[in-house]
Amino acid sequence: MSEPLLPPIGMLAELTHRCPLQCPYCSNPLELLKANRELDTQTWLDLFSQAADLGVLQVHLSGGEPTLRRDLEQLIAGLSARGVYTNLITAGIGIAEGRIEAFAEAGLDHLQLSFQGARPATTDRIGNHRGSHEKKLETARRARAAGLPLTINAPIHRHNIEEVPEFIDLALALDAERLEIANVQYAGWALTNRDALMPEPAAVDRQAEIVAAARERLTGIINIDFVPPDYFAIYPKPCMGGWARDAFMVTPDGTVLPCHAAQTIPSLSFERFGPRSLSAIWTDSPAFNAFRGTDWMQEPCRGCERREIDWGGCRCQAMANAGDAAATDPACVKSPIHARMAMLIDDAQRSAAGPSRDELFVYRRIGVVTEPA
Amino acid sequence: MTALRERTLLSPRAMPSLPKHVRIQYDPVRQAFAVLSPEKIFWPNDISLDILRRCDGRSTVGHIIAGLAAEYDAEQEAVAADVIAFLQEWSDKLLVKL
Repeated sequence: MSEPLLPPIGMLAELTHRCPLQCPYCSNPLELLKANRELDTQTWLDLFSQAADLGVLQVHLSGGEPTLRRDLEQLIAGLSARGVYTNLITAGIGIAEGRIEAFAEAGLDHLQLSFQGARPATTDRIGNHRGSHEKKLETARRARAAGLPLTINAPIHRHNIEEVPEFIDLALALDAERLEIANVQYAGWALTNRDALMPEPAAVDRQAEIVAAARERLTGIINIDFVPPDYFAIYPKPCMGGWARDAFMVTPDGTVLPCHAAQTIPSLSFERFGPRSLSAIWTDSPAFNAFRGTDWMQEPCRGCERREIDWGGCRCQAMANAGDAAATDPACVKSPIHARMAMLIDDAQRSAAGPSRDELFVYRRIGVVTEPA
Repeated sequence: MTALRERTLLSPRAMPSLPKHVRIQYDPVRQAFAVLSPEKIFWPNDISLDILRRCDGRSTVGHIIAGLAAEYDAEQEAVAADVIAFLQEWSDKLLVKL
């Protein structure tokens, strides 16, 4: 390693894979874990305590749907007692009366609520859950009434990209202080549904202009974070801020990963919390060290002046599209197969123009897709 | 629904404060003060930290400037420009309430 190992700052805890929604771009793996594989309360609390010792300052409580964990209040309180900043990432459906207030009382710092569409019909169709939009509106109101700051998260793709102006209005109406316009990236379930989700290039351009104008107009009123789609990019984004550089995630069974999709890289094996301490995994795990820093890079990354800006981009996207996790992210214009991204965009447009199928998406469900062992 | 908020422009009589969800916290691992906020962590330098610490909701911008000028033995005018620019920027990011 050419540079010193830094302590992690952020952690994403996927408390469960259970979820009332079936979004076809879910970042969970295709093989979802059932409830009986989830860590128990005490193990999560031990893990959080070790994370705080290690230097983690911010924990994102996610899933699946994290509020399905009945011990969520306890987990928030445990983190809060250690001074860790807590962010709850929720779909906002089926949260029992009084619980949002209980989360706030336990010390929750911030709530991020997803909207699959800005229109009720879109939200209900994408999540495959009737009435979900209305429930989300109610969750937003309850969060604000409990004094929690709110981020609206809008995952953008072909079927809601024209709703971006309405998402901005929705976030303002719900008194959110942040809005994430986050274009779907093609890993996990989104890779399975890539053709159905891929937006039209003209719509991507329009969206960028709309967001830029809104940011200007709404300075000091709402923060708008914009994550453009990698397939349309010139340079890759620094995925996770660099592999195992300052953040990591934990799956419901305690497997510690550098990113959501890391398990799609077949040469790597990942360790579970419990058998090994978090510190040992962060420091010594071969999977964490595989793409740390810049020593692993091949050309054109190795000699590139941007190597410490984007850290080679996304390893999982390199795996999926170049067949080599150590290749330059094909989103980068310097990648020898960058043109393949444009071909995949074109293929998707042709597929979308073709005869329509009974079901547009492969919805996220346990057991729908099985991968070879 | 709620009325649209408006961008707040800094006035010398404003009494800036940190919103509840933004906090300054000492990090023993990195031995530095961090500003924790939704989704983002900032590592302010000493001067920024001094400004933020004075955002107690009771001191006016004018008082903050005078206090900093005295502490750093600097001209008020020079300090004022920096403080005003800093607070407006942090207010625009919704990290400081004016």
